[in-house]
Amino acid sequence: MINAIPPGLVFIFGAFLIPLFKGRLRQAYVLLLPVLAAYCMISMPEGSGYIINFLGYELVLSRVDKLSMVFGYVFVIAAFIGFMYAIHLKECDQHVAAALYVGSSMGVTFAGDYITLFIFWEIMALSSTYLIWARKTQASHDAGFRYLLVHIFGGLCLLMGIILHVAKTGSITFTSMELSGLGTYLILIGFILNAAVPPFSAWLSDAYPEATITGAIFMSAFTTKTAVYVLIRGFPGTDILIWMGAIMAFYGVIFAVLANDIRRLLAYHIISQVGYMVAGVGMGTALALNGAASHAFAHILYKGLLFMGAGAVLHMTGKSKLTELGGLYKTMPITLTLYMIGGLSISAFPLFSGFVSKSMIVTAAAEEHLTWIWLILSVSSAGTFLHTGLKLPWFTFFGKDSGVRAEEPPVNMLIAMGIGSFLCILIGVYPDSLYTLLPFDATYAPYTPEHIVWTLQILLFTGLGFFLLLKHLGGEPYISMDTDWFYRKGARVFMWFISNPMAQLSTKVNSIVFDIIPSSLIWAAKNPYAVMKIASDMVLLQFTSQEKRVEIERRIKNEKDMYPGTINIYRPVGLTVLLITLFLMAYLLVYYLNSG
Amino acid sequence: MKKEIDIFDKPENIKLLKIVSYVCLAIVVAVDFFIPRDHGHYPWDQIPGFYALFGLIACVLIVVMAKWLGKKWLMKKEDYYD
Repeated sequence: MINAIPPGLVFIFGAFLIPLFKGRLRQAYVLLLPVLAAYCMISMPEGSGYIINFLGYELVLSRVDKLSMVFGYVFVIAAFIGFMYAIHLKECDQHVAAALYVGSSMGVTFAGDYITLFIFWEIMALSSTYLIWARKTQASHDAGFRYLLVHIFGGLCLLMGIILHVAKTGSITFTSMELSGLGTYLILIGFILNAAVPPFSAWLSDAYPEATITGAIFMSAFTTKTAVYVLIRGFPGTDILIWMGAIMAFYGVIFAVLANDIRRLLAYHIISQVGYMVAGVGMGTALALNGAASHAFAHILYKGLLFMGAGAVLHMTGKSKLTELGGLYKTMPITLTLYMIGGLSISAFPLFSGFVSKSMIVTAAAEEHLTWIWLILSVSSAGTFLHTGLKLPWFTFFGKDSGVRAEEPPVNMLIAMGIGSFLCILIGVYPDSLYTLLPFDATYAPYTPEHIVWTLQILLFTGLGFFLLLKHLGGEPYISMDTDWFYRKGARVFMWFISNPMAQLSTKVNSIVFDIIPSSLIWAAKNPYAVMKIASDMVLLQFTSQEKRVEIERRIKNEKDMYPGTINIYRPVGLTVLLITLFLMAYLLVYYLNSG
Repeated sequence: MKKEIDIFDKPENIKLLKIVSYVCLAIVVAVDFFIPRDHGHYPWDQIPGFYALFGLIACVLIVVMAKWLGKKWLMKKEDYYD
């Protein structure tokens, strides 16, 4: 048979055909895209394929191995769920953007070289920005611009890093690298910016809650997880990532306490969960890397599910603030149940997906005797349940009845959530379904008695703590500052700087260049000979004796008053010719001396 | 509109839920005295009920720390950036 098209290109080319279809046909078509991509992906042979020659470089569009495949699988599943959740949309613009976004993410995943990777990396940034703008509010418009600018910055860091790295090594092949030299540091910055490692994390918690309800499902899955993939591929065992990841895990949990918007709370927990994966990449053992890959897999499914639950609430009530919600279980019990499956999965309850994936990373930390890391990750686990498993559902679905009454969301949304829930439980109950896909050689058994009991102790007593502190935990109508403060407030300072000191400087430069200099030149050109005489007299004035000063000063005044006067300098043409001849002779002399 | 569910609003159900919850808490601590401890990495793994205390303290720590940071520094009015 003919070579299968790389799955990323299936989505990207497929995206342009979406507007050609209408109604039911379009719905079927967008759901067919992930299926077709999955088929192409599975039929790709192992190793490098789709090699294109470009300016003397070999671009590898499909590098197939177990690492790229495990991300490939979950990406097509997430795409299918995402499209199912969004299928009721009347307009096709978001479908096109989402398909481009999914396709470019898969393009990054299967890219074998830096050039291909960079191209898809940038398409990802642009297409996902549209999913924010498509909300069409002022807030989403602004947040989208900030998101785009931050990602352009990250992309430029990556590009500079790639250029330096390729110039140094002479190879564009994307493989694991040592962190040495400016090039690799810049590449790392590009990667961790997309992984939302603080201080480069604020774009996520700023933009995701402003994205469209359906767009946020895609966004929660792809950007940060392609970043985890490229980190596993490029920087396994890079020590600095261990602490970055641990700090991230805790950082997200702390900020989630302060969040009032339900989707912002979930966004902070993306940062926290990706922190576990980044820490796992930093540890670099087979178990830790498998943990990072499997946690990414599980995370995409349960985080998508949580965002779908929060999106369903927003879709049906038009509200997303904890302070405005409450008591929704009465009319949205199915949404609540499906949401809770995601909540229990992210909290790593036994029989749910997080239990079999997150614990691999935490165990790897213990095995490497990284006690502080182990401690931070374990405390963050408690915080995860506290917010996504308890606080959010309590104040949304229970708590004080807000009086808001909303029906269950459209059936396609429930189906999408149902698929996500099913997979979360499947992985939790039958972990081998995930473990057989893992790329590295390490065995791990999650279901030991002590692991189950100790996990339940942490989680249930966190629950006890929640109810003891319940009255302090409600949402508060505030926003919290994050590192976006630097560019949101910083931009104001910058604009002030531009419109005050810089504007004054510009006026000054303007008047010097376009007014003072030309007018002096014009003045001087009226009688250069007189100008030279004035100038020489002024020089003379500086060096002369006291008694002659008066006389020279009078002469200068006289010359200035006369200026420009009549220009009567008589120089015969002969003198000019003589001068030219002299210069030519000098030139000839120099020429012969040099060549001799 | 179809009939609303209100099982969690009835006092008798809330009371039952509370009892079930406390029993669950008691069970997970009690079981810890009888399980094998082959996979522990740390000395505290040998103390039964350690992780119950760990969970409770972690939860309180996170809330207190975050609220303190929020009140002192991070939390701003919703129109802060406008």
